[in-house]
Amino acid sequence: MSQAILRVQKISGHAGSVPGEGTQREYTVCKLIDTTTCIGCKACEVACMEWNDLPFGETVFDNTYQTMPETRWNYWNLILFNEHVREEDGSLMWLMRKNQCMHCAEPGCLAACPADGAIVQYTNGIVDFQQANCIGCGYCITGCPFDIPKMNPKTHRVFKCTLCTDRVSEGLEPACIKSCPTGCLHFGSKDDMLDLAGKRAKQLREHSNFPHAGVYDPPGVGGTGVIYVLHDATKPEIYGGLPSDPHVPWTVKLWKGPLKWLGNVAMVGGLIGLFVHYLRFGPKAREEEDINPSGGKP
Amino acid sequence: MNKSEQILPHGHLLRYALKERLTHWVAAGAYIYLLMTGLAFWSPWLFWVAVIFGGAPVSRMLHPWAGLIFFAAVWYMYVMWAPQMKHTDVDKAWWKAVRYYSTNQDDKMPPAGRYNAGQKFLFWGFFWSAVALLASGVVLWFPEYIPWNLRFLRYISILIHPAAALFTIGLFLIHVYMGVFAERGAFGSVIRGDVSIAFAKRYHPGWYKEIVGESSTPRK
Ligand code: HEM
Ligand code: SF4
Ligand code: SF4
Repeated sequence: MSQAILRVQKISGHAGSVPGEGTQREYTVCKLIDTTTCIGCKACEVACMEWNDLPFGETVFDNTYQTMPETRWNYWNLILFNEHVREEDGSLMWLMRKNQCMHCAEPGCLAACPADGAIVQYTNGIVDFQQANCIGCGYCITGCPFDIPKMNPKTHRVFKCTLCTDRVSEGLEPACIKSCPTGCLHFGSKDDMLDLAGKRAKQLREHSNFPHAGVYDPPGVGGTGVIYVLHDATKPEIYGGLPSDPHVPWTVKLWKGPLKWLGNVAMVGGLIGLFVHYLRFGPKAREEEDINPSGGKP
Repeated sequence: MNKSEQILPHGHLLRYALKERLTHWVAAGAYIYLLMTGLAFWSPWLFWVAVIFGGAPVSRMLHPWAGLIFFAAVWYMYVMWAPQMKHTDVDKAWWKAVRYYSTNQDDKMPPAGRYNAGQKFLFWGFFWSAVALLASGVVLWFPEYIPWNLRFLRYISILIHPAAALFTIGLFLIHVYMGVFAERGAFGSVIRGDVSIAFAKRYHPGWYKEIVGESSTPRK
C-alpha cells in the first residue's frame, strides 16, 4: 500500500507527467536469493504471512516439499520444489526456489494496467499494487511474465508481494530476509547484491562442482529487483519453471504501443474526415424534398 | 411482412417493423455503453469517461454483461436479416461505383435493394466483429481462470479485442454519419419505422419496386 515516504517514478494508466520522476536519487533496492543455500524450511513463507497479516489458507500436500501449487492472492511467497537429476553424474538435487514478485525494472504488470495509480514503481524500484485504485480487470495478470499477480475473487482486486514496502520505507529489511535461518537471503542496494551474487557464483564455479553457476537478473525485463544465484544458470527452468529469457509478451507491447497510436490516429482522423466530408458534400438530399416528394407522384 | 402492409398512407413506406427497431436500439444502446467504457480502459486520457458511468470498477463489472446483450441483439439481427444481406451482382456494381455514392451522385449508382452493398458490409463487419469481441471478451472477463500453459489465449485476446473494437468504431462512425447526417430520413426510419416514397426511390429503388410493384398504384 501507499507509502508517503517513497516517491513514485512510474504510474500505471496515467495521463501526463509522473510527479516523482527524477526528483530523488534513491538506491535501487534488491533482494538476493541464493538457491544453493536454501534448505526449503519455509520460514520466509511464514514471516510473509505474519508481517503482511494475510489470512491463513489451506495448503495442498502433493508428496513434495512444496506448500501449494502456486502463489495466491493471500500467499505471496512460495518455495518451489523440484527433484532434479544432474546430467553430469546422475546425482539427485533438491532444488528450492523462493518464488515471489520479481520487482522488474520494466514491469509488464504496470505497462498493461489501465487504472490510474493502481500500480506504481517507487524510485527505489519496488513495484507496488494500490488496491484502492485497482478496477479488477486482470490486465496485469496478462502483462506479467512471471505469473505473479493474483485476483481476490471476493473483492476483485489483485495482490502480490510488496517487497515489504512499509518496512523498507522505514529502513528495515523485508520480513522474509529477517526470518531466513541459513542466510541465503540478502537485501541491499542492487549494486551491492549483484556484487555479492557474482562472488558467490564464482565461488560455486571455482570451489564447488558447479561450472555453470551464475546470477539470474534477466535483461528482458530491464533486470529485476529480486535476483537469484543458481547452481546452473544455463537452465533456470529446472528451478520451478523460472523463465530463461522473460519478456513482457510482445502482444502486450504491440497493444500498448503501435496499436494504441494507430487506433487513436484513426479515430481522430475518422471524425475529422467525416466532418470535412459533410462540409464539402453535405447531405445527399434535403429533408424538404423527402417530405414533399417531387421525384414524380407515386 | 406482407408487402401491402408496408405501404402506408401519405406517401410513406414501412421500412422497419417494431421488432427490427427495438433490436436496433438494444444493440445501439449496449454498443454505446461498451464503446464509452471500453475507451476509458483503452486510454488513460479517457479514463474519466468511466467515472461518468459510475466509476471504473463498476464499468469493468458491467462492460462484459453489456457485451452479452450487444451480442444477443446482433445475433437476432443475423436471424432477421442474414438472407437479405447476401452479396449480389448489383452489389458488385455498387462497389465499383462507390465514389459516386460518396460524392452524393446517387443517380449514377446501380439500383440498390432493401440494403445497398455498403450497408451489407456494415452488417457483416459488425456481425463478425461481435463474434470476435465475444470470444476475446470472455477471455478478458476471466483472465485469472486461464491456466498458465494456455496464456497465449490472454496474449491474443488482448490484441484481438481492441483491434476488433477499433474496426467497429470505424463502421460505427460511418454508420451514424450516413444515418443521421448524409441520408436525411434514414434516422426516422429506425425511430418511427417509415420512410417517404422519395427516400425509397432515391436510395433503395430495388426495394421500392419490390414492395410497390411497377404497375400497381399504392394507396395515397
Ligand atoms: C461482445 C461481448 C464483449 C465482452 C464479453 C467484452 C468484455 C471485455 C472485457 C472483459 C474487457 C476488459 C476490461 C473491461 O471490462 O473493460 C474489455 C475491454 C474493452 N472492450 Fe469489450 N467486451 C465485449 C464487447 C465490446 C464491444 C462491442 C466493444 C466496442 C466498442 C468493446 C470495446 C472494448 C474496449 C475498447 C476495451 C478496452 C481495450 C483496451 O483496454 O485496450 N467491447 N471488453
Ligand atoms: S487488475 Fe491489475 S491491471 Fe487491472 S486495474 Fe487492478 S492492478 Fe491494474
Ligand atoms: S514479476 Fe510480475 S508482478 Fe512483479 S513487477 Fe514483474 S511484471 Fe509486475
